[in-house]
Amino acid sequence: MSDQSATPPTPPVPPEGEGAPFDVGSEWLRNDGVCNDVVLSSRVRLARNLARRPFSPKATRRDRQEILDLCRAAIMDQSSRGRLIWVDLHTSPPLDRALLVERHLISKQHSKGKGTNPNDDPRGVAISVPGERLSIMVNEEDHLRIQTMRSGLALAEAWEEINGKDDEIEAQLDFAFSPKFGYLSTCPTNLGTGLRMSAMLHLPGLRLTGEIEKVKRAATDMGLAVRGFYGEGSEAVGDLFQVSNQTTLGKSEEQVLHELEKEILPKIVEYERLSRRELLSKRRIGLEDQVWRAWGLLTSARLLTTEEAMQGLSLVRLGAVLGVLPPVRTTSPSGPSPKLANQLMLLVQPAHLQRSVGRELDQEQRRVARASLVRSRLTRAN
Amino acid sequence: MKCDHCEREATVHEVTVRNGVKIERHLCEQCATDQGIAVQPSTPITELIKHYVMAQGLMPVVPAAAQPMRATACPNCNTTFAEFKQQGLLGCEQCYTAFEGQLLPLLERAHDGGQHHTGKTPKRGAGDAPATPTTPSKPAKKPVEARVNRLQALKRDLDQAVKDERYEAAARLRDELRKLEGSEGEARS
Repeated sequence: MSDQSATPPTPPVPPEGEGAPFDVGSEWLRNDGVCNDVVLSSRVRLARNLARRPFSPKATRRDRQEILDLCRAAIMDQSSRGRLIWVDLHTSPPLDRALLVERHLISKQHSKGKGTNPNDDPRGVAISVPGERLSIMVNEEDHLRIQTMRSGLALAEAWEEINGKDDEIEAQLDFAFSPKFGYLSTCPTNLGTGLRMSAMLHLPGLRLTGEIEKVKRAATDMGLAVRGFYGEGSEAVGDLFQVSNQTTLGKSEEQVLHELEKEILPKIVEYERLSRRELLSKRRIGLEDQVWRAWGLLTSARLLTTEEAMQGLSLVRLGAVLGVLPPVRTTSPSGPSPKLANQLMLLVQPAHLQRSVGRELDQEQRRVARASLVRSRLTRAN
Repeated sequence: MKCDHCEREATVHEVTVRNGVKIERHLCEQCATDQGIAVQPSTPITELIKHYVMAQGLMPVVPAAAQPMRATACPNCNTTFAEFKQQGLLGCEQCYTAFEGQLLPLLERAHDGGQHHTGKTPKRGAGDAPATPTTPSKPAKKPVEARVNRLQALKRDLDQAVKDERYEAAARLRDELRKLEGSEGEARS
């Protein structure tokens, strides 16, 4: 570990002090930016491999160590001092790795590592501080997976940042590239630009009006992938959906950006807003009932599962955005904010919960701690 | 058309020319077989579609000699195509050359018909000197091909920028183009 990375990152833990403002720091929780009523965050990632080095399935431990050393030296150069922290994942405790997964800074696959012993597979991640906008995974499925995140709908900005970072790394490392096929990736589904642009959308309106399946089908027909909160194979808990491009060969970065940010995503956002307006005008009492029931559950329950908490928080977020959750006795004059709902969606995840109480918890203890955390956050002035 | 010998529909049509005389025979499949005419088993639907598509000129007909290589294992990393099919992952950059023939239909399906890269190319491939070489002795990429691609892309972008009246971007692109063309001249001299 270098001087810049003596310890694994300690994501800011919500202070327990009375009334202390808490902020989990992640860019995507800020609830800022364009279309933030629907779009939580925008994410762009690039897949890159070093030239003349075996791809991950054929890389020996020694290969992986060499790749890690090369990439780390290129990433953590002078210019990034103080702005990036480095984490060797093979030497970090499982709970730290789980925290990074929950914060969308590394993938589940990267957390687990290759082979049977996760402690014997050289791999790491560089994370930008503060804000965690940029993360660079080394020795994931590809040698390098660079990603940038932004609050709200801001793919162009995220692309600009990642493009610059890619140039910087590329000035020092030779990437596997062919003029015909572009950037050569371990899996042919990433071949070409190696680019995945996605937006995390909160779509409770479409679920409540029963239109969500239609939107998912339409998005799939347009060649997009629709995934859950934690990516491939994960459930769409909390009405959160990740929508991303699938095509990386034959379409330039600018084309993908234009299609998603200017054409497709604004349409989905508009459709969600329309559903919300319809709920307000035609089914207001039903909507209020759902939101208030969720509020009642979250502020009263003594045991909460992650799913229950996420579903409740989704409705509270919707209520906060639409103003149907007016200030209640125990909250601030403005009532709970969408930002608070965003933050709680992260804080109720198992690793964050355990980090916030400072020890490992079994499932039952987590439910107790989760219920207690949600109750206190929602009823405290914020 | 009815079969020459029975009431069934004629599906086999034979034309022979003997001593300058044209003889036509129209037979059903059964009678044709009885008369010793080899009848092709029904053509699979995929073949029919393929022939149709080719006839419409929708699919390039690649002569056998020009077809990309079909290998069972990558000569560089020994990944077999069977391994790839199982895992969906390739073993090294050369797998793309080794398995190009088998991969192309897959790539087309996965990328909505895309077969060729469009978009960003590494600057170093375009002939720029590496800022800090990782291994000084490593072989260079195909600089000519990459440079030509880069030049073409720059020219396209420049035209577009002028059309869109984005003059600042156009000036930047023009400078980059001049620089690249200049370094090409130096490389030749």
